[in-house]
Amino acid sequence: MTTPPPRRPDPKPTQRVVVTSPRTRAPRARRPYSGTREINEQSELGAVYMRTLIGAQRRLGLSVCLVACGALGLLPLLFAIEPEFGKFRILGLGLPWFLLCVATCPMLLLAGWFYVRQAERSEREFAELVERP
Amino acid sequence: MTSGYAIVAVLVVALGTILVGTYGLRVSRTTSDFYVASRTVSPWWNASAIGGEYLSAASFVGIAGLIFAYGPDMLWFPVGYTAGYLVLLTMVAAPLRRSGAYTLPDFAEARFRSRGVRAVASILALAIGWLYLLPQLEGAGLTLNTVTGAPDWLGALVVTVVVTANVMSGGMRSITFVQAFQYWLKLTAITVPIVFLIVVWQAHGADSLTKPEYPAFRQDTEVAFQRPTTIHAEKALFIKGTGEVDGVRIENTGIVLTDGYHRIGQGSEFTFPKDAPVPHLSTMAHNTNEMWSLPMSSGQDFPLYGAYSLIIATFLGTMGLPHVIVRFYTNPNGTAARRTTLIVLGLLSVFYLMPPMYGALGRLYTPELLMTGQTDAVVLVLPTRMIDGIGGELLGALVAGGAFAAFLSTSSGLVVSLAGVLSQDVLRLGGVRGFRISTVLAGLVPLAMTFVSTGMPVADMVGLAFAVAASSLCPLLMLGIWSSRITTVGAIAGMLAGGVPALTAGLVTMFADTGDAWYEILLSRPAAWTVPLGFTVMYVVSLLTQRHVPAGVQRTMVKLHAPENLGLDSSSSHSGPASGDERSQG
Repeated sequence: MTTPPPRRPDPKPTQRVVVTSPRTRAPRARRPYSGTREINEQSELGAVYMRTLIGAQRRLGLSVCLVACGALGLLPLLFAIEPEFGKFRILGLGLPWFLLCVATCPMLLLAGWFYVRQAERSEREFAELVERP
Repeated sequence: MTSGYAIVAVLVVALGTILVGTYGLRVSRTTSDFYVASRTVSPWWNASAIGGEYLSAASFVGIAGLIFAYGPDMLWFPVGYTAGYLVLLTMVAAPLRRSGAYTLPDFAEARFRSRGVRAVASILALAIGWLYLLPQLEGAGLTLNTVTGAPDWLGALVVTVVVTANVMSGGMRSITFVQAFQYWLKLTAITVPIVFLIVVWQAHGADSLTKPEYPAFRQDTEVAFQRPTTIHAEKALFIKGTGEVDGVRIENTGIVLTDGYHRIGQGSEFTFPKDAPVPHLSTMAHNTNEMWSLPMSSGQDFPLYGAYSLIIATFLGTMGLPHVIVRFYTNPNGTAARRTTLIVLGLLSVFYLMPPMYGALGRLYTPELLMTGQTDAVVLVLPTRMIDGIGGELLGALVAGGAFAAFLSTSSGLVVSLAGVLSQDVLRLGGVRGFRISTVLAGLVPLAMTFVSTGMPVADMVGLAFAVAASSLCPLLMLGIWSSRITTVGAIAGMLAGGVPALTAGLVTMFADTGDAWYEILLSRPAAWTVPLGFTVMYVVSLLTQRHVPAGVQRTMVKLHAPENLGLDSSSSHSGPASGDERSQG
């Protein structure tokens, strides 16, 4: 009865008081701060986001690399310790020839494909995390 | 084996390269076009281009030659050249692209904000590039010499001129097309002949490749000795021809070559009889085909050390090669860079199936190369040797053309990237004119070097370039990308600690004769000790100098690792160093 409804400026001040007053409620205060902004402003939280991403990618990269290259790297040792292995034949090829010419290619491709898939997934997860409003 | 068709093939490849380059000239207008093909290259084009650029003389002729001479230990070359891309994919592909760096020095500056780190990286990139160009030119000399009998320097000169002219006129965009085209050309040129050769081998009764016998001449074989050669004959054999044996001049008559060592004079031409065991070069291990097919048979001292050193150099060196890095800039984003690398892995795997087959067939059909030491020529000689008449000549021409494509494409890629480094960091000349001047310089230096080097196998020389890259630029990339604790002082110290010894070792092996000294293997395969040295020094010195952590390293890390489309603000708004394309606008 006291205020005429069509007037515009009136609801705003009342609304602002309501929204900003409970400063202690963390979820509400955080709302406008997306992960993107945390990172851009180089806050502690932003640094944590980045450390998590970099750590995950580093772990992934190193493990794929170490498994694939480690498996290959064992071969010279194997052939040096036990020269008899060199005399095995698979598909008409000597074992070293078979392993190094034929078997490595699919193995490397598989490792690479797995890495690309996982790396893209962890980037998607990171994007969802930081873009959540 | 002078062959008209082969000369035509080499000419066609050279002219084709120039034509595709000129076509590119019409499309490349701005400075940015010139440097980075405006980043409009799709992953398949890009991957083909990387493959085309990467498959060098070492891959096309060198690997087959080494396998032919030394057996399966040398399979680590193709495996390492391929696996290097897995390491590159998992450790640096996406961050490198996201750094926005066009050359390695650009990366160094973007990451460390330091002119000092940039300068050291530039010098190392130049050294690696030139070290890598040298075997390309030597390989070109060898090819032209094998197919036409022209002097060695001519092939090197032809490649230098074609590449320099092409790069000067077209820049990088045309180079991308040229390179992509070259990959498919090379794959065709190495695959089609080997299919025919295997069919012929089967038709001849598929002789075992691993008989417990020494390689023997399949027919009366005329052998020309290009340089003074010391050979060892197991059994006395009767040879005919003109030349010099043990200092005695022989004019068109026969002579009995007793068992033991003999010096054959330069320019000698002798016919060796059918079924006689092939005398072997005194410096090369002599194995029956059965022994040859087993690991650790290459007769080197410390074969295990050699194998691991080679593995370390090739696995880690790929990422430090200047012409490989450039290609990542032409990907639109980090994700595309990864996918491109995965395709490259596939393309290389297919190609590297072929050279070992040439090497193995060479034991049966071209054993005289074990005696002359021209093992790198095995790919070029096999087709005409195994298939008579026009068919063999045409296949031989195809291989020669493919080999020439290999020298042209790798040299082009190297010259482009070296010219980029030279114009930005050494001559400090901007714009298209600076790039052109640098191109000439980038080509001339290795051409001059070919006159003083001591013909070692091309794949070995390339291995040395990999060792230097793995010991200096690889630590810079790996630690720079994955650790925010690396300091400018640490980066410089690490690059020098790994790079200088590796480079010195490489130059000593290439230009001096170390003979049989026990440390010879440490110099010719330095990676196993220089790579750990580079990594350790870089990390430890960084920990000791934490005050010199570059400013804004956190923001740089965001730029390197965060996906591009998130609206993250990564140093572009800050007073960072100009990245490659910004610089080249000037």
